[in-house]
Amino acid sequence: MTRKRLVLTVLHRLAVLAYVAFALFPLFWLLKVSVTPTSLLYTEGIRLWPSRASLEHYEFVLTHSSFPTFFLNSTIVSASTAVIVTIVSSLAGYAMSRFVFRGKYWIVALLLLTQMFPLVMLIAPMFKMLSPLGLTNSLTGLVIVYVAFNVPFATFLMQSFFDGIPKDLEDAAMIDGATRFTAFRQIILPLTLPGIAATLGFVFTAAWSELLFALMLISGEKATTFPVGLLSFVSKFSVDFGQMMAAGVLALIPACLFFLLIQRYLVQGLTAGAVKG
Amino acid sequence: MASITIEAITKTFGAVPVLHDIDLSIGDGEFVVLVGPSGCGKSTLLRMIAGLEDITAGEIRIDDRRINEVAPKDRDIAMVFQSYALYPHMTVADNMSYSLKLRKTAREKIAEAVGAAAGKLGLDPLLARRPKALSGGQRQRVAMGRAIVRHPKAFLFDEPLSNLDARLREQMRAEIKRLHKSIGATSVYVTHDQIEAMTLADRIVAMHGGIIQQVGNPLDLYDRPANLFVAGFIGSPAMNFVEGHCRAGVIETTDGSKVAIPEGIHLTEGQAVTIGIRPEHVRIVAGSEAGSYTARVDLVEPTGFGTIVHVRLLGQDLKIYTLERGVAVVGQPLHIALDSTRLHLFDRETTNRIG
Amino acid sequence: MTSFSAAAPPNGDRRTPMQRLAARLEPWLYSAPVLILIVAIMLVPLALGVSYAFRDIKLLNPFSGGFVGLKHFRELASDSAFRGALINTLWWTFSSVILQFLFGLILALLLNQPFKGRALAQALCFLPWAVPSFLSGLDWAWMFNPVVGPIPHWLYALGIMSEPSNILSDPKTAMWGPIVANVWWGIPFFAITMLAALQAIPKDLYEAAEIDGAGPIERFRSITVPFLAPTMAISILLRTVWIANFADLIIVMTNGGPADRTQIVASYIFTQAFRRLDFGYASAIALVLLVLLLAYSMLIVVLRQTMLSRH
Repeated sequence: MTRKRLVLTVLHRLAVLAYVAFALFPLFWLLKVSVTPTSLLYTEGIRLWPSRASLEHYEFVLTHSSFPTFFLNSTIVSASTAVIVTIVSSLAGYAMSRFVFRGKYWIVALLLLTQMFPLVMLIAPMFKMLSPLGLTNSLTGLVIVYVAFNVPFATFLMQSFFDGIPKDLEDAAMIDGATRFTAFRQIILPLTLPGIAATLGFVFTAAWSELLFALMLISGEKATTFPVGLLSFVSKFSVDFGQMMAAGVLALIPACLFFLLIQRYLVQGLTAGAVKG
Repeated sequence: MASITIEAITKTFGAVPVLHDIDLSIGDGEFVVLVGPSGCGKSTLLRMIAGLEDITAGEIRIDDRRINEVAPKDRDIAMVFQSYALYPHMTVADNMSYSLKLRKTAREKIAEAVGAAAGKLGLDPLLARRPKALSGGQRQRVAMGRAIVRHPKAFLFDEPLSNLDARLREQMRAEIKRLHKSIGATSVYVTHDQIEAMTLADRIVAMHGGIIQQVGNPLDLYDRPANLFVAGFIGSPAMNFVEGHCRAGVIETTDGSKVAIPEGIHLTEGQAVTIGIRPEHVRIVAGSEAGSYTARVDLVEPTGFGTIVHVRLLGQDLKIYTLERGVAVVGQPLHIALDSTRLHLFDRETTNRIG
Repeated sequence: MTSFSAAAPPNGDRRTPMQRLAARLEPWLYSAPVLILIVAIMLVPLALGVSYAFRDIKLLNPFSGGFVGLKHFRELASDSAFRGALINTLWWTFSSVILQFLFGLILALLLNQPFKGRALAQALCFLPWAVPSFLSGLDWAWMFNPVVGPIPHWLYALGIMSEPSNILSDPKTAMWGPIVANVWWGIPFFAITMLAALQAIPKDLYEAAEIDGAGPIERFRSITVPFLAPTMAISILLRTVWIANFADLIIVMTNGGPADRTQIVASYIFTQAFRRLDFGYASAIALVLLVLLLAYSMLIVVLRQTMLSRH
C-alpha cells in the first residue's frame, strides 16, 4: 500500500513537473535567444544556455529602434483603455448587481451577444467609420475601439465583485444618511478595490495583446503599438532573431506584472468573461 | 424621539403579496417587537419603515409626517442589522461616526458623541480596531453603538441577535433592554424568537402570512392568545392542541375522551373546536381523582430545571412540563388533571379564540 | 392636486412624476455609458458590416460602394480558398478545443491534489495564459524555426523528421504549428475553470463515498465527473465559438500559408479586408461565419433542451 502510494506520488510530481516545463520552456527559449550574442546564435544552435550571454540585443532594441516608442504607445493605449473600461463597467456592473429593473435581461443578452460574434467582422466597417473622423492612425481611435470591446466582459466581472459585497452595507449607509451614490462611492467602491485592480489588470492585458485592429487601423510608425511594431519588424528583419526576441521579452514584462496582480482573480475573470480569452 | 403610525400598509413583490392592510401605531418611547416565523412579512415591514422597501399602498408617518416618499437618509432613524453591516474598511470609531460625518457635525461633537456611546457599551478599548478584529458579540455592540450615536427618532432592529450563540444572545438581550430603559427611544424590533419577543417587548405584534394576528403586551399574548397561530407560536415548549367536537355539553375528543367545557363559554352542539393546553398547565396528580385522566408515559426529556414528559392522551402526543423530578417513568402510567380555567378554546373553522 | 393623485397609483406613492421617473431611470443612468459604447462601437459597425456584404466596397477604388446584391455570395460559392478555409476552421477549432480541454482537465486534476509548492506550480502552469497572443504565436514560430528553435532538431533526433526543417513551411504539417501554440496558450483557461469546479465539490462527498466502499476510480466516475459535467459543457461550447473566431495566431505564424493550408475563415476575412482591402467581400464571408456560428450555438441550445427534457 505505501509502496503503491509512493509510486503514485512520484508519478504525480513528475507529471506536474512536465507541465511546468511545457509551460515555461517557450518563454525560457525566448529569453535564452535574446541574450545569445549574434555570433554564437548559429554556431551553438540548440544549446540550453549560450557559452557567453550578453545584453547587446536589448541595448540595440532600446537605443537604435522604434520599440521604445511602440512600448510607450502600447502603454498609453492599454492604460487609458483599462482606466476608462473600469470606470464605466463598474457603474454598469453596480446597476446589474444592485437594481431589479425591466430591461436588465436585455442588457445581459446584449452583452453576451457582443461576446459571441466574430470581432473580425467589425474590422472593415470600423475602419470606414473611424477614418472620416480622423481616428484611424491615432491612439485615441484605438482606445475607443478597445474600450468598447472590453466593456461587456469587464461589466460581468465587476458585477461578480459587487455581488460579493453584502447589500446590507449600502442599506446601513443609506440609513446613516448617505444617498445611494454616496454609499456607492464611500462604502462599496473602497471594498471593491481588489476587484477593480483585477479588472484593470485583465483589461490592460487584453488591450496590450490586441493585434488585428491595430494592424488595420494604424499605418504610421508614430502611433504603432507594440504588437504591430514587433510584427512588422519580424517581416522586415527576419534574421535579427536576437533583437526580435529581446523585443518579445520586453512585450512580456507588463503582461507578467499584471498576471501577478490578477492571479487570485483568474477564476472570476474567466467565468465572467466566459468566452473572452 | 417619535411615534410611528402605520396605516393600511400593503406590499406586493411583483404579483406576490407579502403584507395585507397592516395598521399599527407605535407610541413615543415604546418598545414594539414584531414576531413571527420567517416569511411572515415582519422584516419587510421594518424595511418599509426604514425606507429600504417601497410602499405599495398605505401610509407610514413618523410624528404625523408622511414619510412614504422620504429617502431613508432623511427619515432620521437608525437600524441594527442581523449581519451587523459594519463597514469593513473603517475602524470602530469611524463606523460609529460615519452618520455624523455625513451630517457635517462638528468634529468635537462627533468625538463627544462617539465617546459617550462607546462608554455606554464598553467599546472604548476597541475604537481603533477594524470589524474583522472583533468577536461576534463585539460587532453586535458596535452595530448598536453606531445606532445610538445619532440620537435618532427611532431604532429599528432586524433580528440583531440571531447570529450570536445562546449565551451571548441572552446577555445582549438584557443589555438591549437596559439600554432602552436608559435612552427611552422608540424601538421596533424584529425577531422570530418568541422568548426575545416576550422578554423585550412593551408590546408584541405577532405576524403570520402578512397579517397581524394579535397585538398586545407579552403576558396578554401568553394568557389570552387570540387565535391558534399565536397560541402555538408563543410559549415554549409549545402549547398542546387537542381536536374535538361539542357533544351534549362536553367536548368529545377524537379518541372519545370527554373534556368539560370551561365555565362561561358557550358552544353550539357539534361545533368543531381545538383545545389548547400549555404543557406547564397540565397537572400531574398522585392518584386517580374526579375528572383526571390516566396515560402511559411515552418519553421523558429532562431539561435540568424541569422535565418535559410526553404521554399518549386524548388521541395526542401530549406534552407536560413539570418541575418535579422522578414522577414520570417511561412505560408507567401517570395520572393527569386538566385545569379547566387554564384551557384555551379555539373555533377550528375560524381558528379564533372562543371566549 | 386631486386630478394629480387620480393619475398616480394608490396612496402608497405620492412622489411627483418627475421623482418617479428619476427613480425609474437610476439603473439606466448607471448602465448608460456601457450601453452607448456597445451600441455605437459594436452594434452600428455590425449592422454596417452586414450591409457591406451586399455592396461593392473596395478601399482603393473611389467608385465602389454600389449595391451588388448577392454577387459576393455567388463568388463565395465558387471560391475554393473559402471552402478550404471552412475545412481548416473545423480542423483548427476542434483539435485545439479537444487538446486544450484534455490537457486542461488533467492539469486541473493534478493541481487539485495538495502538495508542497502547489501555489507556485499553479502560477507557473497558468503563466502562458498571460502571454499576449501575438507573442505566443511569434515565440512558437521561432521554436519551430530550425535556425533558432530546438523543436526541428529534436524531431530530427527522434527520427520523426528526415532533416531539421520548419513544419510551418510544409503544407502537410503547417496547421499543427498554430494548433500547438493555441493548445499551449489555452490549457490554462480550461485548467482554471476546471480547478474551480473541482474545488467546489464538497469534500465530505468523497469521504462518504469512501466509507461506502468506493475506490478512487469509482469515486472519480460517480462524483467528480457528474459535478464537472456542467462546467465542462459550457466551457467547451463557449471556447469552441471563441477559437473559431481566433485568428491572431494564424496571422502571426503562417498568415494562412503555405498554399492557404492554414487559412481559417476568420483569418481569411482579415486577409481580404487588410491585404486586399476588399471590404465588401470580407463582410460577406464574415456574415457567413456569423450565420454558421449562430447555427452551431442554436444546435447546442436545442441539444441541451432535449437532454434536459429527457431527464
